[in-house]
Amino acid sequence: MRDFLNLRRVIMIAIAAGLVLWCAYSLRWDWLANPKYQSMMLRGLWQTIWMLVVTMVIGFALAIPIGFVQAAGPRWLAWPARVFCSVIRGTPLLMQIWLLYYGIGSLFPSIPWIRDSMFWPILRQAWPYAVVALSLSVAGYEGEVLRGAFKSVPHGQLEAARAMGMPRFTIFRRIWLPQAIQRVLPTIGGETVLQLKSTPLISTITIMEIYDVAGRVRRDTLVVYEPLLLLALTYMAITALIVLLFKWFESRFPSKVA
Amino acid sequence: MVCPPPAELSSLTLLGFGDCGWGATLLWGFGNSLMIALGAYAIGFCIGVSGAFGKLYGGPVAKDLLAVYTTIVRAVPELVLILILYYAVPALINQVLLGLGYERINLPQFITGVVVLAVVQGAYQIEVLRGSILAVPQGQIEAARAMGMSPVMLARRITLPLMTSNAIPGLGNLWLNATKDTALLAVIGFTELTKATFQASATTKAFFTFYGAAMALYMAVSLVSILLFGRLEKVSRRGQRDSRG
Repeated sequence: MRDFLNLRRVIMIAIAAGLVLWCAYSLRWDWLANPKYQSMMLRGLWQTIWMLVVTMVIGFALAIPIGFVQAAGPRWLAWPARVFCSVIRGTPLLMQIWLLYYGIGSLFPSIPWIRDSMFWPILRQAWPYAVVALSLSVAGYEGEVLRGAFKSVPHGQLEAARAMGMPRFTIFRRIWLPQAIQRVLPTIGGETVLQLKSTPLISTITIMEIYDVAGRVRRDTLVVYEPLLLLALTYMAITALIVLLFKWFESRFPSKVA
Repeated sequence: MVCPPPAELSSLTLLGFGDCGWGATLLWGFGNSLMIALGAYAIGFCIGVSGAFGKLYGGPVAKDLLAVYTTIVRAVPELVLILILYYAVPALINQVLLGLGYERINLPQFITGVVVLAVVQGAYQIEVLRGSILAVPQGQIEAARAMGMSPVMLARRITLPLMTSNAIPGLGNLWLNATKDTALLAVIGFTELTKATFQASATTKAFFTFYGAAMALYMAVSLVSILLFGRLEKVSRRGQRDSRG
């Protein structure tokens, strides 16, 4: 602590505090008191976090088979998985989102049985496209990581399991998957932060998350910087929260990898 | 010439360079994307090299400031940074110009885009390059110091050549990020490949033709880049012992 708080650090912290005070007093924050914007911001925050959690979970669930078939599957399964990963990682996420929403989304109304089905009220909204696009993105990036993780599980472990007479699925469930997941755990934290930073892209397809809320406030009040500064601060706070959460999470697992 | 309704045109005509085709628009956007990516990457590299050396060998204040820069940029979404800088950079430049007694200028969108993406790239490149400098064997640097080399000569003759092979995989990933990040400029209304695709497909309703073509272009860039960086790494690892034995 003494090392951290020497004279120059104290001066720098004072300058930073001064900057914050200057921002608080000389910039316009009166829109914050408006209850309309307050409820919008809360809803936006909820939308962002909900989207982050749901797409991480779905994406990771998809990444497991995608990574596994690349590491150990037959060639006719490994090859499409490989192409999928390359395409997801090689093209901008914004373009994937627009392709799904504007492209495939515009195809659905012209197909009668989809229009008449019970899913139509859901498919007319924007969020299913956002969930699919963001989940596929996680699946592509994390699938590539899991491919390496599945490959790096020592052969001896699998051979021992086979020698014990375990069925193939039990080997996968008890030996192969847990060890692969243990290897990727440290990367999931970083991947979650990256995913958080991709969520503002879905505001371009009319989903009201915090980035979109900041845009609305700016359009309504003609205040240029202040909503953006608050937005940046919010993202930093969520990032810090994610990092702390995963640190705690990792400390609960034995970190020794055989 | 009046074009027939887009539904009657084939994909080839739509992608072509004729009066009814959007090929020229797409290629122009593609060129814009590539030039912005190249510019941002080059400036980001300058920020990265100086920042990495600053973070390792700089004074205490420089180290702290660089830590603040890399932390903030890497914690805030690129889209938000782009939006903030998109307003802040021209305002700042105009403030300086007015202060010096010059006229206010209108910064071209292209230059703003390059600068904004370069600031983002710089933060990531600092981290990649710092890691690769740290991977240079300490003994090499100490030996060079013992020979009485000046810091600049040490960097030029020892550190930079030795860190190159470590840095190339990370720099390759960042180049791919740079090409993909150019798509974000579409949100602030700059006509690069993604925006051009959006305009073409919204006008003609031929979504899959245009998105397919644009994705193929992005894929081509990334595949060629992966190939080139792989070759570059091989060249830079010439003479190194293969770690796999």
